[in-house]
Amino acid sequence: MSTTTIKPGRPWEPTAKERSQKGLNLLIAVALSLVLLFVTGLNGKLGWVAAFFFSYVSVSFIAEYRRAGKPAAQDSLLTSISRFAIFLAIIPIVSILATVISKGWRGLHWGLFTQDMSEATVNSPIQEGGMLAAIVGTLIMVGLALLFTLPIAILTALYLTEIKGKFARPIRFLVQAMSGVPSIVAGLFILSSIVYPVTGERSGLMGALALSILMIPTVARTAEEVLLLIPNDLREAGLALGATQWRTVAMVVVPAVKSGLVTAIILGIARVIGETAPILLVSGGGDATNFNPVSGPMGSIPFYVWNAFLLGGSEESTQRTWAGLLVLLLWVLILFTIARYISSRSQKR
Amino acid sequence: MTDTQIPARIELVTKPRRSDQFFRFVVTTGGMSSLIILGLIFAFLAYRGLGVLRVEGFGFLTNSDWSVVEDENSNIVSQDYGLAAMLVGTILSATIAVLVGVPIAVLSALFLEFYAGRKIRNILIGLIDLMAAFPSILFGLWGFMVLMPSAEYWAKLLNKYFGWIPVFDVPVPFFTRSPFIAGLVLAIMIIPICTSISREVFSQTPLDRIQAAYALGATRFSMIRAVVLPFGRGGIVGGAMLGLGRAMGETVAVYTVLNVVYQVNWQVLFGAGGNIATLIILKFGEADREEINALMAAGLVLFLLTLVVNGVANILVSRLGKVGR
Repeated sequence: MSTTTIKPGRPWEPTAKERSQKGLNLLIAVALSLVLLFVTGLNGKLGWVAAFFFSYVSVSFIAEYRRAGKPAAQDSLLTSISRFAIFLAIIPIVSILATVISKGWRGLHWGLFTQDMSEATVNSPIQEGGMLAAIVGTLIMVGLALLFTLPIAILTALYLTEIKGKFARPIRFLVQAMSGVPSIVAGLFILSSIVYPVTGERSGLMGALALSILMIPTVARTAEEVLLLIPNDLREAGLALGATQWRTVAMVVVPAVKSGLVTAIILGIARVIGETAPILLVSGGGDATNFNPVSGPMGSIPFYVWNAFLLGGSEESTQRTWAGLLVLLLWVLILFTIARYISSRSQKR
Repeated sequence: MTDTQIPARIELVTKPRRSDQFFRFVVTTGGMSSLIILGLIFAFLAYRGLGVLRVEGFGFLTNSDWSVVEDENSNIVSQDYGLAAMLVGTILSATIAVLVGVPIAVLSALFLEFYAGRKIRNILIGLIDLMAAFPSILFGLWGFMVLMPSAEYWAKLLNKYFGWIPVFDVPVPFFTRSPFIAGLVLAIMIIPICTSISREVFSQTPLDRIQAAYALGATRFSMIRAVVLPFGRGGIVGGAMLGLGRAMGETVAVYTVLNVVYQVNWQVLFGAGGNIATLIILKFGEADREEINALMAAGLVLFLLTLVVNGVANILVSRLGKVGR
């Protein structure tokens, strides 16, 4: 008696015929797009992408329609359109990264981190002057903003998750509404409430206050999210041991979300580090290095970029602009990577 | 027989300890801070802008003339503040952004949620999240130096073939720095947030309904049309409005790619326009006391506009959990 061994098949995977059909579709689409390019007035890479999109969509639509009728054709239509959409969504980010890195690295030099612009203009040779004032200003302002933000944001998150008072719903709504406040409005608010009536002078502290308005909602919402992830058992265990609510929160809940809170802080920093509009309004934006946040104008990295872009026009100023953007981008990338790393590590546990 | 003594009754106290009372008080006060801050923003902007609003009345919104006339001793002869041109510009560029950005974002979200393989999906989501963290000045300068030349090409093409539609007509062939290009940059800026909200909404679609649709023989397209889109409709609209709010308040990215001119311009391809935020940045440097108050009033209008749009958006997104099932 012979035994028949059944080879495991994979019926869901495309057969060789289907694959070759797909390849053929692609080839026809490329050919058609070239014809379209030739016939119509389209030109350039972008024109080709558009022509290719239309020809690919129609070719695969017709092929599927002939193979399996209308439902399959509709399905293939959505598939190809959504593929094209994600392609369109990804192009800008790749282009931004590539442009900033390729144009920015030429403007990088060590002097960038040791000199400021007090003795150089944006059009002077690239070796003169640097971003010291901008980097110091950004560090001071973001640090101060964090100092103001942290207690308010964490208390808000604790109110929403631990106290759950009767205002929890409206407060959650307001925090979300606050995250939509335009950055320029935050600047105007600080200007109208503090700079004009009280200090009469723009300074780094004012910049930090404006930034913290933008930072609070981001930090509060992220902190709330991580606090919600804490299992209720932990809170109940704390209370059952006879701890007061205050002790439970301080010694059980908050230590358990430490890494989540760090993520919240980092996301908050990333949110405000590139803010330009409020800085233009309230911090003055100086070229000289200023360590004093309460008096004198203070620069920041986005302000440096903005200045180099607006006042320039020469080769050097363009190089400065891109170098500044590259430094800014590196900050964002580093912060983003750390946040990702922390949250992926805490997910594994 | 020993008589057991019944212990005296102990009063059970539910009154929290003093430390807890203090804790709850501090946290509640802190929790109210967002209310306080939003209230203060409204109060101070209204306080500063009230004078101008009172003089201009409703014309502040409908009048499209923003001018300060000075005589040779730089005394102000007359001043006139009307926000209509910038209001139109704000709505115009934000609408373009939503019209271009939201379809791309929703389709991308569909791709990420239902088409992409695990690995590609994670990489793409990471990239899109990273894009959400990019500062606006990056988008603005990239838009100015990289996007604008190609966008101009598309603008000319649109004008060539659709110029007979009034919106795509131009009075003079000047295509650089138009609201269309500003709208494209804003569209790119709102794609990440719209994508992640739509994706979140789609991922909440009940699995049993999806599987039921497949079991009935639905293709992916008909499953999405019959199950996912009806379920996520509110979330998609909410995400779009959130994007609209973002696009309305954007300053720097618009300023770099838009030729800020104070005139009402409906023709999206023509290089003139502006929005409220860019008006504030533009006029702020040389403004005197009175004009700054007018700018504060403009800021108040922008604040209220974004607050309303965001509020409606958040209600739509958060209501989602309750519909269905």
